Amino acid sequence: MTHGQVHRAITLEVSGLACGHGDVVLASGLTFSVPGGTALALRGANGVGKSTLLLTLAGLLPPLQGSIALAGYDPEDGPAFHHCGHRNAVRPRLSVLQTLDFWAAINGRTGLSPTSALDRLGLGAIAGLDAGYLSAGQQRRLALARLLVSQRPVWLLDEPLAALDAEGQGLVVTLLAEHLDAGGLAVIATHDDLALKGLVTLTLGGGA
Amino acid sequence: MTLDDAPKMRWWNRLAHPGQFVSWTTPLILPLTILTAALMALGLWFAFFNSPADYQMGDTVRIMYVHVPSAWLSQFVYGAMTVSALGTLVWRHPLADVAMKAAAPLGAVYTAMALFTGSMWGRPTWGTFWEWDGRMTSTLIMLFIYLGIIALWRAFDDQLRAARVVAIFTLVGAVNVPIIKFSVDWWSTLHQPASVFRADGPTMPGSILTPLFIMFFAFTFLSITLQLVAMHTEVRRRRVATLERKAVRGESA
Amino acid sequence: MSGFLGIVRRDLRLALTGGGEMMTLLLFFVIVGAITPFAVGPDQALLARIAPGIVWIAAFLAMLLGLDRLLRPDREDGTLALYRLADLPMAAIIAAKVIVYWLTSALPLIVASPFLALILAMDAEAFWRTMVSLLLGTPALAAFGTFGAAVTVAIRRGGLLAPILIAPLCVPVLIFGVGAIAPMGGPDQAQAAMLLLAALSLMAVALAPFAAALAIDWGEE
Repeated sequence: MTHGQVHRAITLEVSGLACGHGDVVLASGLTFSVPGGTALALRGANGVGKSTLLLTLAGLLPPLQGSIALAGYDPEDGPAFHHCGHRNAVRPRLSVLQTLDFWAAINGRTGLSPTSALDRLGLGAIAGLDAGYLSAGQQRRLALARLLVSQRPVWLLDEPLAALDAEGQGLVVTLLAEHLDAGGLAVIATHDDLALKGLVTLTLGGGA
Repeated sequence: MTLDDAPKMRWWNRLAHPGQFVSWTTPLILPLTILTAALMALGLWFAFFNSPADYQMGDTVRIMYVHVPSAWLSQFVYGAMTVSALGTLVWRHPLADVAMKAAAPLGAVYTAMALFTGSMWGRPTWGTFWEWDGRMTSTLIMLFIYLGIIALWRAFDDQLRAARVVAIFTLVGAVNVPIIKFSVDWWSTLHQPASVFRADGPTMPGSILTPLFIMFFAFTFLSITLQLVAMHTEVRRRRVATLERKAVRGESA
Repeated sequence: MSGFLGIVRRDLRLALTGGGEMMTLLLFFVIVGAITPFAVGPDQALLARIAPGIVWIAAFLAMLLGLDRLLRPDREDGTLALYRLADLPMAAIIAAKVIVYWLTSALPLIVASPFLALILAMDAEAFWRTMVSLLLGTPALAAFGTFGAAVTVAIRRGGLLAPILIAPLCVPVLIFGVGAIAPMGGPDQAQAAMLLLAALSLMAVALAPFAAALAIDWGEE
């Protein structure tokens, strides 16, 4: 491993993938590979299947056809995917720190400590407060903090910049760049432009 | 766009394709219906005209010829549902969930019939429509399990997703049914040590066995026929739903 | 292990700090028991005879009430998806939830049962047997309840369906639970019923997490 590389050399390989719900096919014939250190941006109109594709990649939905493989990844290292969806999994009556600490406990404390992660995302000052009072942007930051407390090579992000202010969006891009530099890879569904070097774009919705 | 391209070589694989299954089994329905009707007619004739009345209960014992096969079928259909559940979960056979879904209402009706005929039998025999004895109580609980499974199927929008969840519930139910029977028998001996109703009489001479066996076969074939028809209906129902969905989305069928 | 404890800690925190749900459950239990004399008459002998059954029915209904808050809130805010991606197996997560469910639903009922025993005219020995039988039998109710919640978590308004599904499964628990308190056949029967109850609870608690984990994974796909 080169200096700064946290993750092994892995590649996400997708071949002939069709994703959807039940027997409704949203996107099909997808074949691409995302090597470590690069990011793939998913673009397309609403409803074209970006979120469904991310859920399928994460293993939360079964692929209707085709295969998904993470070449070079040892399953002994634990789950490989971080998925950040539309819902932030933030529950009122737990403090911000307790919420993040819980996620670190179930995902494995392999990254930053919860306190440092909160500081990194600008939530350090409100760590002890009830998470139910957070604004949408702050909740999104908390959800992103989850990515920092457990090291996993693949980040699957669904509209990560939504609800964030300009400073927050810049922070997300910085975190992504650091993740890619460490050898990780990311698939991001977004309507916005991301200032990441080495960003490949895949547009969905050309027809079944 | 079609996603099933199962190899159509062996009969097992041929059965796996819903369209193939329907066309392959449709010629069986008419012969099965005739066979069922013939067996029913024969069995009922024997039951009404060619078997002895019970020395204690008189002619009402003839209800037994409908009651006992219904009770047997209610168990048998649950067993078939359990096998289908395993087929869905373990062997991933595409038609196993169709079989499971089709069997549930049939099993519920047989169970209800067993309870009803048992109740009808009970009234003239011991003066009461319902008796909390071990067997009838277990059958009642069985009815609740069947109805729960039917409700579970209906609660899901996506029937394919429902299939595996219903399958695991059916299996957990199957494991629990012996426990339930044991506990109910234990409970009924606790509270009513004296009278326990036995579905089969004290002796079973041949003149009773013959119509009973014929009715067993008649009911079993009835079950198979109805199951096949129900499976065809379910396959068609799903096809209609898919076509409707595609029409809404504006795709060509 | 830390993940398992993390879930226990979080769910306990949510149950204890939130909305008085535990107290509502407790009140429901006591009220169901307390209104029975209005329905059957205050005859002491009759009440003493049916008291074990009333206590068990009240416990069963109260635990059914708590079913919907087991998994549905997690599904709605996205935590269930996190569980499916977490480092610990789903069965372990469910096992943690069964334990918390028992601690927050059954344990309060057991602590409150002396009050019911008092107003339902139970004698002291029957009362102790009631506590023990609740202690031995409520884990089975918790396990079956969690399984029912897992099967219906993916259904909208499935909270109505879960009690219906698990009621037949809980019949043996009720039978042995009451049988352990007030045996018609003598103390030997109570002994047998207690052992059967314990066996049922052990089996249910051991197997339900795996069945529930399968039901959740397949229901979400």
